[in-house]
Amino acid sequence: MRFMVIVKATPESEAGALPDSEGFEQMGKFNEQLAKAGAMLAGDGLHPSSKGARIKFEGDKRTVTDGPFAETKELVAGFWIIQAKSKQEAIEWMSRAPFGGGTEIELRQIYEAEDFGDAVTPEIRERERRLRSQLDAR
Amino acid sequence: MTLDNERLAAIWRIESPKLVATLMRSVRDLGVAEELAQDAFVAALAQWPDEGIPRNPGAWLMAVGKRRALDRIRRDAAFDRKQQIVSADVESALLDPGFDVVEREIEDDLLRLVFTACHPMLAQEARVALTLRLLGGLTTAEIARAFLSSESTVAQRIVRAKRTLAQARVPFEVPVDRERLERLASVLEVVYLIFNEGYAATSGDDVLRPELCNDAMRLGRVLAGLMPSEPEVHGLLALMELQASRSSARTDQRGAPVLLADQDRVRWDGVLIAHGLKALAQAELLGGTAGPYTLQAEIAACHARAATFARTDWARVAALYDALAERMPSAVVRLNRAVAAGMAFGAETGLRLSDELSQEPVLRDYHLLPAVRAEFLERLGRFSEAAPEFARAAQLAGNQRERTLLFERAARCRIS
Repeated sequence: MRFMVIVKATPESEAGALPDSEGFEQMGKFNEQLAKAGAMLAGDGLHPSSKGARIKFEGDKRTVTDGPFAETKELVAGFWIIQAKSKQEAIEWMSRAPFGGGTEIELRQIYEAEDFGDAVTPEIRERERRLRSQLDAR
Repeated sequence: MTLDNERLAAIWRIESPKLVATLMRSVRDLGVAEELAQDAFVAALAQWPDEGIPRNPGAWLMAVGKRRALDRIRRDAAFDRKQQIVSADVESALLDPGFDVVEREIEDDLLRLVFTACHPMLAQEARVALTLRLLGGLTTAEIARAFLSSESTVAQRIVRAKRTLAQARVPFEVPVDRERLERLASVLEVVYLIFNEGYAATSGDDVLRPELCNDAMRLGRVLAGLMPSEPEVHGLLALMELQASRSSARTDQRGAPVLLADQDRVRWDGVLIAHGLKALAQAELLGGTAGPYTLQAEIAACHARAATFARTDWARVAALYDALAERMPSAVVRLNRAVAAGMAFGAETGLRLSDELSQEPVLRDYHLLPAVRAEFLERLGRFSEAAPEFARAAQLAGNQRERTLLFERAARCRIS
């Protein structure tokens, strides 16, 4: 199973402060460990929300709000995608991440194809097929 | 945090390969090394609930394991004076140098363990079981479930393999020169076998075996970390990840196989494709003549990059099959080459190349040869020749759904 590990923002991450060289090195080592164990599929850090935007959908209306956003603890500052055999194994790995200072991370299992079953309707499939034949015609 | 069985199993999965590898260097016997590693876990089970789980469980287990190994070596040495010199050596090896040295040494030991578990003197299934158990951290029960055999069969297979290695006094080392090439081939073969065992079984209600693909890819990533300068290690990883990226599109909702041409490419797994293409780039960066795994990965990459079946770079696929046929002389590879060439350069070429294979003994009962010929004949408008070829393919096909499809096509050719 796969997990998205969500790193919650902190006032520092929202201020755009990068870790010091020691922090970078520790995180580098941890990522290397994860990768060498074959558990890490992807991972990146995010710029502060001041560089981001939100889009709200209501009927046909789209309202765009530029960052920064207030509720720091609810914001995302980075993520990993990891492969593990169980939720417990994912927890075991991520407990070893070199965080401190009240950082919180959240583990969420990623849906995989077999979880969907019939959610992809024949209509969606047909649209894909048409799109692909258009591409072919080019 | 409490210590439950699940947590302990997770720690075992993460820590046991390193633990067994390090202990193996001192005790030189897989059975003993594994026993000592298990002892360390038993000690953890006794102490952690009271004292709490240490911040670095791996280091704790390693320290306990090494202490047990020392005790054991001293005890054995007391019985046998001749062993004392050896044991002095081993004791110094068990002393703790700095952390970075330890990390590097652990990796060296892990690599030695890889080559030991995949030793060509062992039967294929023994290598597979030993690798999953020692390097994948799987339990005997998990291996048995994945290979649809009984736990006692797998346990016996592992015990026997360990005994074989001990009796032959297989040195715990990373082979060099010519031997390294052969032994590396055996390692890669084992990992790809595990992958295919899972990949071939993704249909039906069998949900456990696909997990083998994940185990194999994980092993592949471990190998890429341990042998970063071996292009074929990255090539194998790329091949597995690119193939696995298609797994959910390979069967329809009823579990029937879907051909590459008809697969819904939106369902291909982007994370695995990205990872696989990165591994392939690494293999190419290392240079040299591309080996068979890298070549197959490059073929898989052509499909992964193509938005549609028709837009595949068939000329490149055909050229890659040419190169592969040189490295891996197999009739099936040449048949694939004929298909790719037919897509790239026209049905005439495809037909000529598949005709060259008509005398191949291994393809005599292989339904895809007449199926491919029929396909090209049909495209050339030679329906009266295509019909009997489709019918022959249908008779040879093992899969009922495929058989029906081929009979239908034969019938359609007859009325054309």
